Amino acid sequence: MVVNSAKPTSVAVTKTPVRTNAPSVPELRPSMLEALMTAPTVYEVSNLDVFYGSYKAVRGVNMTIRKNQITAFIGPSGCGKTTVLRCLNRMNDLIPGARIEGKVLYHGVDLYAPDVSATEVRRRVGMVFQKPNPFPKSIYDNIAYGPRINGIRDRKKLDEIVERSLRSAALWDEVKDRLGTSALGMSGGQQQRLCIARTIAVEPEVVLMDEPCSALDPIATARIEELMRELKQKYTIVIVTHNMQQAARTSDCTAFYTAELDQAGERFGQLVEYDVTAKIFSNPSDTRTENYITGRFG
Amino acid sequence: MVMPQELARALELRPRRTWRTTKNTIMTGLLGGAVVVVAIPLVLVMISVFAKGGAILFAHFPKFLTADIPPTRVAGPGMGPAIIGTLMITGMATVIAVPLGVMGAIYLHEYGGQSKFAQLVRFMAMVMTGVPSIVMGLFIYIVWTLNFKLQGFGGALALACLMLPIVISASEQMLKLVPNGLREASYALGATKARTILTIVLPAASSGIVSGSLLAVARAAGETAPLLFTIGATRVLNTSLFHGDDTALSARIFENAKEAVASAQERGWGAALALVLLTFTLTVIARVITALATRRK
Repeated sequence: MVVNSAKPTSVAVTKTPVRTNAPSVPELRPSMLEALMTAPTVYEVSNLDVFYGSYKAVRGVNMTIRKNQITAFIGPSGCGKTTVLRCLNRMNDLIPGARIEGKVLYHGVDLYAPDVSATEVRRRVGMVFQKPNPFPKSIYDNIAYGPRINGIRDRKKLDEIVERSLRSAALWDEVKDRLGTSALGMSGGQQQRLCIARTIAVEPEVVLMDEPCSALDPIATARIEELMRELKQKYTIVIVTHNMQQAARTSDCTAFYTAELDQAGERFGQLVEYDVTAKIFSNPSDTRTENYITGRFG
Repeated sequence: MVMPQELARALELRPRRTWRTTKNTIMTGLLGGAVVVVAIPLVLVMISVFAKGGAILFAHFPKFLTADIPPTRVAGPGMGPAIIGTLMITGMATVIAVPLGVMGAIYLHEYGGQSKFAQLVRFMAMVMTGVPSIVMGLFIYIVWTLNFKLQGFGGALALACLMLPIVISASEQMLKLVPNGLREASYALGATKARTILTIVLPAASSGIVSGSLLAVARAAGETAPLLFTIGATRVLNTSLFHGDDTALSARIFENAKEAVASAQERGWGAALALVLLTFTLTVIARVITALATRRK
């Protein structure tokens, strides 16, 4: 059984027909694979264990996340996908009792070194949450919040950033006439796109997305997926999703996590398989992955 | 074509008097009755304050609110010094207690959490809420008034002691209601903790914090016991909180009501109405300000 293959390994282009229930996947072309393999490394996660108090929730994660790619985390509930995601911008620091063992290297720098500022990390690694969480402020102030943190006060410059961010999030045309109104009056899909716009307004290097579409209808979901594909030209994206179709449609690489029981009967999350999305969905190496993506559990 | 049996079944959908519907009627009646019982004293208080206080207040409007207080046995209007005294003493108490209380609540909820120290402070604040106001007055009498003579500021300190626990617990409750998602969103944009609290958490909790503080202000404005030991008594205007005896509406109500002279009692009722109107006006102003502040966002 292959566990925790650290990097997407090169795979032969496979002609295996897609399984009955498995999501359809674009065919893997050698040129694409080449691009995937040679992209620079952003994150290098090694032997990552995450603890909540004395409970070791996630064990032994190894993976490499590459630049300008969409990396999807899939797996059943409670398998640690979100936990691992939140280690990538030190969001877990906010949970009392949470700590990690192992290493998370970001462009070679250990994110959990004592002299690393979590605030500084989060300025470069943005996050979009499962539930749209706009501030109870105007649309404009929501977007301008991040740039203002970074000391931008000039009104003209802020105007520019707000427009550019809203345009990149495909929201500008819908809201350009009501930038001064409360963001809470928008629809769920608009709010989520606003949160994406707010995240990219600070021009992060990485955007983490924690089930960004789970509260949205298929149309809003499609818009956000389209947006992700555009955003990956500029940003590195890591997305947690319960929707396998979404992972198959949008991502370049997919990590499959699952929950297991240890000898003491304690549930923990682990990374089962991490590979190029086309390989995961057409010819996974691990039977657990195969069972999960084809809808046959256990 | 409706079959008779089915029709009979369907007719059971229509409400009939059963034990369940009877219970519903009884409980609804009881709840409505409770509302009426609660409202009766409130209405009676308002009616008597307006009827008796209104007689002198509106007969001598606005002189009642501005003139000096006449001697007890002399009939006639005048509560100006007491109104100014109440505004200044309560105002000073607010200036002391609200910032301290809000900062304390921020510490408790955003920084202290479940630490031993935070739990101790939280417990002490809860105990302080239950301390009788006259004990607060005695405390300030011992530590302040004996050293600095009778003055308005001593009264303000005593009232601040009363307000502090109310402001702390009300503000902490409001901070608890701010969704964690907002804090996370702010942190995820690279905001520091201080910035998150100042620009996201406090504005989101502001209307609740203002309400809680107002409750404390209204309570303090009506307190008499802590003022009896601390501010002394005067019938003329004293615009200094730090020099000479002061007076307040609540103290005047107490002084006038205990006299056996009709003119004094009448003035007492007038002072009571003035106090009710004052707290009411403050509440309305604060509500309007919060409403405007929330809408601007």
